[in-house]
Amino acid sequence: MAQTQSTAGKDNSILTKVGMSVLYIGLIIVAVFQIYPLIWLFQFSLKSNSEVFGMSPFALPQDPKWENYVRVWTDGNINLYFFNSVWITVVSVLLTLLFASFVTFAITRMNWKLNKLVLGLFMVGLMVPIHSAIIPLFSFFLELNLIDNPLSIILSYTAFNLPLTIMILLGFYYTLPREIEEAAVVDGCSIHRIFFQITLPMTTPVLATTAIINMIYNWNEFIFVNTFISSDKFKTLTVGIQNFIGQYLTDWGAIGATLMISIIPILIAFLILSNRIVEGIAAGSVKG
Amino acid sequence: MNKVMSNKAVIALYVLPAFILIVALIYGPILITGYYGLMDWDGIGAKTFVGLDNYMELIKDAKFWQSAYHSFLLAFFSTLSLVPYLAISLILAGKVKGSDLLRKIYLIPMLLSSVAIAQLWVKIYDPNNGMLNSLLTMVGVENPPAWLADTNLVLYAIFVAILWQYAGFYIIIYYAALKGIPESLVEAAKIDGASPIQIAYKIKVPLISGVIKVTVVLAIVGSLKYFDLIYVMTGGGPNGASEVIASYMYKKAFDTFDFGYGSAIAFFLLLITLIVTWITRKLTASEDEIQY
Repeated sequence: MAQTQSTAGKDNSILTKVGMSVLYIGLIIVAVFQIYPLIWLFQFSLKSNSEVFGMSPFALPQDPKWENYVRVWTDGNINLYFFNSVWITVVSVLLTLLFASFVTFAITRMNWKLNKLVLGLFMVGLMVPIHSAIIPLFSFFLELNLIDNPLSIILSYTAFNLPLTIMILLGFYYTLPREIEEAAVVDGCSIHRIFFQITLPMTTPVLATTAIINMIYNWNEFIFVNTFISSDKFKTLTVGIQNFIGQYLTDWGAIGATLMISIIPILIAFLILSNRIVEGIAAGSVKG
Repeated sequence: MNKVMSNKAVIALYVLPAFILIVALIYGPILITGYYGLMDWDGIGAKTFVGLDNYMELIKDAKFWQSAYHSFLLAFFSTLSLVPYLAISLILAGKVKGSDLLRKIYLIPMLLSSVAIAQLWVKIYDPNNGMLNSLLTMVGVENPPAWLADTNLVLYAIFVAILWQYAGFYIIIYYAALKGIPESLVEAAKIDGASPIQIAYKIKVPLISGVIKVTVVLAIVGSLKYFDLIYVMTGGGPNGASEVIASYMYKKAFDTFDFGYGSAIAFFLLLITLIVTWITRKLTASEDEIQY
């Protein structure tokens, strides 16, 4: 009796092992599907056109053409687009974090009657599709003479990222103990000093999370720049590479190199900060 | 304490910058969109009030309904795709070695811009030198299709790129929710002799139903708003075969300068989005407070 039971147990564990292996292979296939296109992109970014058109797309680049990167960086204006993306992203992220922190502080720490209503207004903003606002925004900026001016992009990024940023900050502010701030009030500390020297430093972890999420959104944004900006000198990478590819349609190496340049900063940020990114995406999405 | 923390001037100073921004750039514009929808306007010249003409035209516009059909088709498939995402998350949240690394690999495409993703997939689908058709030719398929130029296939080809982009996003959400389930519940079920499949289906999935409903909203609303990827990959073509609501709106407004008609479409898009969100919120009202 004891014998049969132990054999049954063994069978079971073999079955489980086989089942687990099958599942595991499934997971790995999904991972390959997710990562291989990017490896392939990296490969063709290093190829010459004769390699792209004359050989298998799966062949490794024979003589890696790093000059593809150098060529698009300077000749293709990619350096200009890149730095535009950097400064516009940075300014927008800083503005969003500052304004969102102000609002979250006022809503969670200060006493006023309309705070729930104002919070509600910010939260409803999460649901508004950008596309439903784009036409009036265009004519609004046209009237203010801000079309083809980076300010229109920065203000739009800030406004549309505020609801999500406030939502993520809010959860953190609620869990933050108030004793330190209360003690500071008793000591006669001014409200601005409390905000800038006590509260803001205490929220660094969540600020880092929201900063990285905001950074990714702004870096990748397309429709605002495509609509509001017309001159090359203000274009960011997403719209810039779109133009570039329109001109170099058949130059695969150049296209691959521009795409790689546009995604490398994100990949580096992900390598360093992957846990924060995962946390931010999970936190920012669930309430939808 | 109360005196310092009730200073009206400070409250105004802290709240107003953000408040003015969202009123001027989000709430104002969406209301004005509805108003512009009542106008005949090229975006620059004078506006002519035409009442509900744009909206009446919209109802009769076969191209608009075709693009709306495509949007809803994408919403339907995106919702269906949540099932395999949930299955993958259930496996990952079990005790799988390397689940951390796998999750991160799954997420990478989600972090890239839609423009980069679109351009990459244009190359993957390239009929002559693309990865996909080379692979198909290698396994013996003769005359593989020209994916993005085929009116019957283009929408599905785009949908595969969308799957690639968003898989990691939903897996991360489900994974976080599943990790929030108390271990004791699962242990208790194991002691009662439940199989892993029973535990997944009867205990874990019901426990995260609130999150599942939220992802359904995200998938539907997200699909209705799809724009960047399709605009860059095909521009809605060939012959409107991949046109969606947002790309049709954008074309009408910024390519043919029919701002009035474009606004009517944009307002319609807003209404659908809000209605879908509201309906699904109603269904999830009791579980609104779940947090992970």
